[in-house]
Parts: sequence; C-alpha cells; structure tokens
Amino acid sequence: MNGNGAGEYVIDVEGLTKRFGGRAVVHDLTMQVRRGEIYGFLGPNGSGKTTTIRMLCGLLTPDGGRGTCLGYDILTQADLIKPRVGYMTQRFSLYEDLSIRENLEFVARIYGLDKPREAAAEAIEQLGLKGRENQLAGQLSGGWKQRLALGACILPGPDLLLLDEPTAGVDPQARRDFWNEIHGLAADGLTVLVSTHYMDEAERCTRIAYIAYGELLSHGTVEEVIEKAQLATWTVSGPDLHRLAQKLMETDGIDMVAPFGSSLHVSGRDEKRLKAAIRPFQASSEYRWSPSEPTLEDVFIDLMQQSRDNFAEEAVSGGTLS
Amino acid sequence: MNIGAPHRAARPGAFTRFSAMFVKEFIQLRRDRVTFATMIMIPLLQIILFGFAINTTPTNLPAAVLMQEHNDITRSVLAALRNTSYFRFVIEAESEAEMDHLIRSGEVLFAVEIPAGFERAIRRGDKPAILVVADATDPVASGTALAALQGTIERSLERDRVIPPNREDVQPFEFRQHRRYNPAGVTRLNIVPGLLGTILTMTMLIFTALSVTREVERGTMESLLAMPISPLELMLGKITPYIFAGAIQAAIIFGCGWFIFSVPLEGDPLLLIGLTLLFITTNLSIGYSFSTVAGNQLQAIQMTFMFFLPSILLSGFMFPFAGMPRWAQWIGEALPMTHYLRIVRGIMLKGASLPDLYREAGLLLLLMLIAMTIAILRFRRTLD
Repeated sequence: MNGNGAGEYVIDVEGLTKRFGGRAVVHDLTMQVRRGEIYGFLGPNGSGKTTTIRMLCGLLTPDGGRGTCLGYDILTQADLIKPRVGYMTQRFSLYEDLSIRENLEFVARIYGLDKPREAAAEAIEQLGLKGRENQLAGQLSGGWKQRLALGACILPGPDLLLLDEPTAGVDPQARRDFWNEIHGLAADGLTVLVSTHYMDEAERCTRIAYIAYGELLSHGTVEEVIEKAQLATWTVSGPDLHRLAQKLMETDGIDMVAPFGSSLHVSGRDEKRLKAAIRPFQASSEYRWSPSEPTLEDVFIDLMQQSRDNFAEEAVSGGTLS
Repeated sequence: MNIGAPHRAARPGAFTRFSAMFVKEFIQLRRDRVTFATMIMIPLLQIILFGFAINTTPTNLPAAVLMQEHNDITRSVLAALRNTSYFRFVIEAESEAEMDHLIRSGEVLFAVEIPAGFERAIRRGDKPAILVVADATDPVASGTALAALQGTIERSLERDRVIPPNREDVQPFEFRQHRRYNPAGVTRLNIVPGLLGTILTMTMLIFTALSVTREVERGTMESLLAMPISPLELMLGKITPYIFAGAIQAAIIFGCGWFIFSVPLEGDPLLLIGLTLLFITTNLSIGYSFSTVAGNQLQAIQMTFMFFLPSILLSGFMFPFAGMPRWAQWIGEALPMTHYLRIVRGIMLKGASLPDLYREAGLLLLLMLIAMTIAILRFRRTLD
C-alpha cells in the first residue's frame, strides 16, 4: 500500500486488539469501511467504540492486529493519516478560552491551509456562526459547540471523518441539522465513521456495526443486521405491564422483554419456543398480543445480552482456571 | 428506584456535611501518589540536603595565585594561606591579565599576588605588600576570609621561622586587600542580580510547567494529538511566547535595580540581554519538560517547587557557593540559576565580557538542550 487511499476501502483493519491493564477493551476487531459511506458504530458504553476510533487515527497503538486507514498503515504511518482525518472527540476538545474564529484559525494553521484567516471566515459563514465568531467557545451551548467542533474537523478538507458520539446531549433539531450536514458531506465523497447510541441515527447510516465488550457482533445494512439476528418478536399491551415483564423474563424461550411506550416487545431467538412460551399468557383476555417485526433496538439489546452472557461465562471459567 | 431512601437521616447536621468533605478530600489526597510522595519527600530531602549543604562561614574558597618570585619564603606564605583553610589554590596565574580574567569570570574568589623581590624586601625591612584581590560581589563569601588574613599568616610564618619573631609592631610585610566590584560590601548590589534570577526562574518554570498538563486536564490534548503537529513544533510554539513575557519581567527588574537601587551596569548591556534571554529559554524548557513528565497540574507545580528551592539555596544566591561541600556544588552546577547568577554578577558588577563568561553561557545552553531533549522524548504522542 502506498497510501493514496485509492483502494475501495477507506478503513480496512483486521484483528485489532487493545488491552488496558490486561483487560481486552477491543478484541480481534475486523472491519471495512468503503469510500463515501456513512458507517455507524453502535454499542453500549465502554464497548470499545472510542478505543477503536482512537486506534484508527493513531491516538492509541493497537496491541495486536493490523490494517490501513486511507491506505496508510495504522501502525507505522500515523503521521500520514493525521493530516487527512478529521477527528471529533466525544468531549468538546477545542479551546474554550479562544473565540470561534481563533479556534478555527488555529486549526487552519496547524493543517497548513494557505490562507487560514479566509478559510476560517468561510467556515464561519458555512456553519451559520456569522455574528458569533468573536464569542468564546466555552460560552456556546451544546449544539453550537458541536457545530463548531464539526466545522473544525472539516475545515482542513479531510478524506475521512471520525465522529465519536457527536450528537450526545444535543437537542433533536440540532441533531437533525447535523445529520443533514453529514449526508451532504458524504455525498461530496467524504467517508464518515460515526459512533452513536441513537437508533434513529443508526438508521440514517449506510451501514452499521454493533460492538459490545470489545467484539464486533454484527455488521451490514440495518436490514441485514435485523435479518441476521433471526429474532421473533411479539408486541403485548394491557394493564400492569411491569409485573408481566418480570414474569415473562423468567419464562424459558423468551430471550428479551423490552418496554416500548405502553406496550412490551417480547422476543426470542427460536420462533417456535417463543410461541410456546407466550401461549399461557395469551390465555388471559387482559392482554392483547400481536406478532411484530423486531426493531433495531430489539436486535441490539438481544446482541448485548447474548454477549454479556458469553463474557460472564468466560470470566467465570477464566477465574476457575487461574 | 429508591436507593438510600431507607437510610435517610432525620436531620443531617453540619458535622455530617463537614465529614463528607473531609473523607472525600482524604481519599483524593491518598489516591494521588505523587502528591503523597512529595509530601514525605519535600521536608525529608530538603532538610537533609540544605542542612548539610548550607554554610555561612565558608572555607576552602577557590583562589588563584600569581607568584612573581619562587623561593622558600613565598612558598611558605602560600602554605600559610592554605593552612588558614579559607583558601584553596586552584590555579597559578601567569600574568596580571590572567588574574583579572579569573576573578571576573568567577572561577576564583580571590587572587593573591606575591610581587617580585619579595624576599629581598623583607630582609631589608622594606615591608613589601602582598596583594589580595577579593571578589566582593557576595560580601558574605569573601568577608570572613579577608578578616582572618593578617594575624593568622604572620603567626604561622613566625612559628615556621620563616620570618623573625615580631619586633614591636614592625610587621615584616603587609597584605594589601582589594575588595573589587563592591568595595563597600553593599548587600543590595548582590541581592538585585540574584533576585533577577530568582524571579525569572520561578515565573518561567510555572508558565510552561502547566502548559502540557493543562491541555491534558482540559481535554484539548486529544484533539491536539490527532492533528498533524510534531512534538518539537508543539514545544517551540508553546515556549516562544513566554520568552517575551520573561523579557518584560527582566526589563522591569533591571529598571528597578537601576533607578531605585542604583545597581551599576559595568558590562555590555547587549550581552546581558542576550544571556538573559538564554536563561529565560532554559527555564522555560525545564518547565516544559516537567509538564511532559507530570500527570496533572498539581504535580507540575510540586515539581517546579522541588526545583525552585535548590535554585535559591544552592545557586550561590542565599549562601556562598564556594562554601558548600563538593556534592552540593555539583547539584548547584546543574541549576541554570547558578550560572545565570555568575553571568549577571559578572556583567553588572564586574564588567565581564563574553570570553569571561563563555563557560557559564555554554552550560546554560547545554542545560537547555538537555531539558528540551527530555521533553521531546517524554512527550506522549498517543493516549496509551
């Protein structure tokens, strides 16, 4: 690879592993992201999303595995990757004691743009920050901070955006604007890897990957991920659902019960066993049961539970061995 | 969820809230290992270090000798001087010019000149004079030695029968003392240049010692590391603005010294400015290297303090450098303040020029490069 990023995959990593204090935070992770894709990165807190993103842009050194980012080796060519990647950190990490304009000019100079002042001024215009450019970044609200952070990421004209939970704590309108922006950028050929907790955001991605306990559990388009999970789901509504949920949870053949507004989603990995399990409950006329399609959230919660069980078992067997 | 509700006390008192704070602070204090270590180390190290190192009546002061005549009498005079234990002759000068250079550069505190025809003059009863030139920039260091001169030497020479026993107030020879650079022994002439070094050391160290840790604590380091900037570029970019800040400080102290305390400036102002900028940069580099080693801002401040104390006490500012034991002098040599003090005293009071000071300037430069190298090597380019 000679690092011009001309291949099909912008990110192509294999067996990526990272340990902190002996614990594998990311374990044997393999993934590919194609040019121009918006790749959603989902998973519970502490699942290794941030660690993976940091390994991709050279902020962390993997303990195992190999791969390329924009055609450059992530182990040896971090210096060549950095100028072409825009990394938006989970926590706001621009200078709160600098103004919007000063922050953007700083970024423009670091990346060696020809006319940093003009570049920053243009970015301010495009971000809709005109009139606020002399406000200190620390005084901005969450939504505006996030716009500024995104602006700073795309200012140097990167080929790849790595966005780590960019919309956490941002209101719905700002979130929607943000995603429109992301789609616009992707349409211009920019590749985007974005981690998120929001299901509606996952559904806006070209493809998604689900990661839990450091392992990539499923990936593909939203439809593919739901399809692969092979989950059968029923919706039930009626009185006192909290107590019903507790009973259902203890029933064999039911793998997951999740409240959904004024109803419950009851899912099982084996359709026949699920049917058998809910039959006794269907006898009661209090509840209305209807078969339904599993949502992405059902699939994710199920994947997480499955892997938590595996993880716990591994931990236990590991413990007895040592 | 109703966690803790069953335990709710009827009326929590002020003491409960105080103890909550107390317990929390205690846990945090205990968890920060470096703070804990410095808490133990600072008093222990400092008391042992400075207790042994500091000596206000210094002996074994470095001296040069210019012998215009070599014979038994002159050798005996020299031996007698040595026996006072105040003088340690480190070099024999060849000429008066060399003697002047040795004093001006601070290599020796005293220069003793025994004139030609000394022996003959004694025999004839001409009462020849031995010239003792003392560097009086630090009055404490040279004072005691000079005070002890006349009487002790004579007694010692009589005992050795080099000279006949003292006959009724007629002294066979005399010491002519030359207190140079600060003949009246005015303390402020010594203090002002010292303060210049002290203030610059403290402020410069703090400026940069916080610079990297601040980025880490504010979370801006993560973005910064993802950007295409090298550790060297980062360091130079962070240090340079403070060189201006230091220059302004230095100008203020110089101004006060000049106008209020009438401290003279004997030497070249440009040389002083140049070497002051070097000193400022050296301290900034050291502060920056602390910043790359320290885990947080508190640790960085503690390290600064650990460095600052010896800079005051072992540099020759508070106590005579030459009076310290050898090991303490080695520590002193590793501090920029020591060299800068010699430079400032040299230029302001003694009119020293670059050839007199190249050693001190070179060592400052070396310390700066060492600090920069450590900073570059220690700078963590990843978040590992």
